[in-house]
Amino acid sequence: MSAFASLLGRDMRLSVRVGGGALMGALFFLVVVSMIPFAIGPDLALLARIGPAILWLGALLASLLALDRLFATDYEDGSLDLLMMGGMPLELAVATKAIAHWITTGLPLVIIAPLLGLMLNVDLHALEWLALTLAAGTPALTFLGLIGAALSVALRRGGLLLAVLVLPLTVPVLIFGVAATNAAIVGPAPFGPPFTILCALSLASLVLGPIAAAAVLRHGLE
Amino acid sequence: MPVIDLANPTRFLNVVNRVLPWLIAATLILFVIGLYRVMNAPDDYQQGATVKIMFLHVPAAWLGMFGWGLMSIAALGTLVWRHPLADVAGKAAAPIGAAFTFICLVTGSLWGRPTWGTYWVWDARLTSMLVLLLLYLGVLALYWTAEEPGRGARAAAVLSLVGAVNLPIIKFSVDWWNTLHQPASVFRMGGSSIDPALLTPLLIMALAFTLLFLTLHLAVMRNEILRRRVRSMRLLQAQKLVEASA
Amino acid sequence: MELQGDQLACNRGGREVFSGVCFNLLAGEALVVTGRNGAGKSSLLRMVAGLVRVAAGQLALKGGAPDIPIAEQAHYLGHLDAMKPALTVGENLQFWTGFLGARRDTTSALEAVDLAPLADLPAAYLSAGQRRRLSISRLVAVPRPIWLLDEPTSSLDAPSQTRLAQLMREHLRTGGMIIAAAHGAIGLERARELKLGSA
Repeated sequence: MSAFASLLGRDMRLSVRVGGGALMGALFFLVVVSMIPFAIGPDLALLARIGPAILWLGALLASLLALDRLFATDYEDGSLDLLMMGGMPLELAVATKAIAHWITTGLPLVIIAPLLGLMLNVDLHALEWLALTLAAGTPALTFLGLIGAALSVALRRGGLLLAVLVLPLTVPVLIFGVAATNAAIVGPAPFGPPFTILCALSLASLVLGPIAAAAVLRHGLE
Repeated sequence: MPVIDLANPTRFLNVVNRVLPWLIAATLILFVIGLYRVMNAPDDYQQGATVKIMFLHVPAAWLGMFGWGLMSIAALGTLVWRHPLADVAGKAAAPIGAAFTFICLVTGSLWGRPTWGTYWVWDARLTSMLVLLLLYLGVLALYWTAEEPGRGARAAAVLSLVGAVNLPIIKFSVDWWNTLHQPASVFRMGGSSIDPALLTPLLIMALAFTLLFLTLHLAVMRNEILRRRVRSMRLLQAQKLVEASA
Repeated sequence: MELQGDQLACNRGGREVFSGVCFNLLAGEALVVTGRNGAGKSSLLRMVAGLVRVAAGQLALKGGAPDIPIAEQAHYLGHLDAMKPALTVGENLQFWTGFLGARRDTTSALEAVDLAPLADLPAAYLSAGQRRRLSISRLVAVPRPIWLLDEPTSSLDAPSQTRLAQLMREHLRTGGMIIAAAHGAIGLERARELKLGSA
């Protein structure tokens, strides 16, 4: 079995067996999104207008949750040392872990988002566009979050530091993600340009994230 | 046989194994009667046949809340009286109650679409039922992440009692706030306000669903006890293997 | 094959841990690194493993595959066991053989450390000694020429220590190299000694 398949399989198996797995992220997403109308009030028109933004913010926070432990568990039991000594370049190993993380955490968010959109009174025919933009954008959140996860392991700090480091990096993704969704709902601005830029951001983060994270791990863990 | 004897899991299993077939039969009979009455019930003059969602939606709502009430009593059993099977009863009630709450929300949403024009509104009754579902999911998450059965039990018991505060809020919410949802029409001072032609089938269906809940509850309790036994046996076997190869 | 260390120095946390360390290891030879706590035994091993930067001096492997870094031709057995409690014993080993690219059968590796009957047991149930043996099975399952062992006998009972000594001798006999950090004897009689921190 190739190194990529081994690492991907192991990470996905662990994420399912330990701590509730995929459902916990989706549950957090559900809870966070449900909180917003309590705070704002049941104004349906307002909720419909800010619905996409709420969903994007919820997806961002839910993605960040599990990222905290992405490298921490491997660091604590000594696996990270051995991962750096394998035949696979560290950049690729880190990217593989990120892919496993997205499949087990990001993908459930994308699947549950239309249901939550319904509760926020988002336009019905826009729900599939919403899911599409989330599917295109959540990988960017995961791969940019890699850098924060690597930093929090290298600096031996967790939780809030990760959020503080990663959130500013994700601002472009947030802007174009919400813009694309709104374009699909409201209409006059075409959907294409913001969506394409969103895809470009995801692809760029696919490369930038692992390279930066690997560099941080190599030099920070001495 | 006094209830206290049921504290012994083996004796409890024996009782359940004898009682369960009767319960299943009674549930089926009640459902048959209830469905017959539902089909013969008159259509609403405004809503037409859609009103019959009520026969699923209302019992589901009652049982969703009943489930949490059951969990709260079980929680008292765990924390105060230290009854050995109390945490099993609470753990078994959670998924069933959550399922009924979910059915209530979904059927209500589907019913609301033709009636009110929208799938969801954030009014007091719907919101508090949603909060109930979130509380259920929270307790279920607690059970899923606990490494061994006993550990999540006390935390879940405390959570059950705290969440019980939500139940009276749901019940009276439509009286306190002017909402889109129908005001209380069955359990009211001065008698119910639903026409008996709809009330009787509703009560029969409610009884049928309650029996269904209890049947499922006992079956799930039985499964949980057996599951814990399997786990203990596996641990014992693992320990023997570890000692043999030490 | 020859592993050469020339005037190696190491800095950890701004403090110089050791300097001027030289050693020369040929295929089939073993080196035992001794010294008091804090002298830098673990740091030296981690430096050869590529996990710690070489602050000064040269580290070179002559005769091995030229463009593969030393780290990928070495096994590092540290204080931690690199083992996931949620996976079974067999799954843990299979992951490492798959990831490190070996084709060797995991069952025979588990047999070599007497863990074969526990292959389907979740690793959470293992004792400390059995976890150590699982880590050692990784060295047996994936063939690599250099073994870097940090206090390998810790947590091991007497029969397991004997078994480890057998595995180490077998590794040396087939042309491998071992650098081990230890406080006492670990069962390699003809190993050379490198004492750190003797200044």
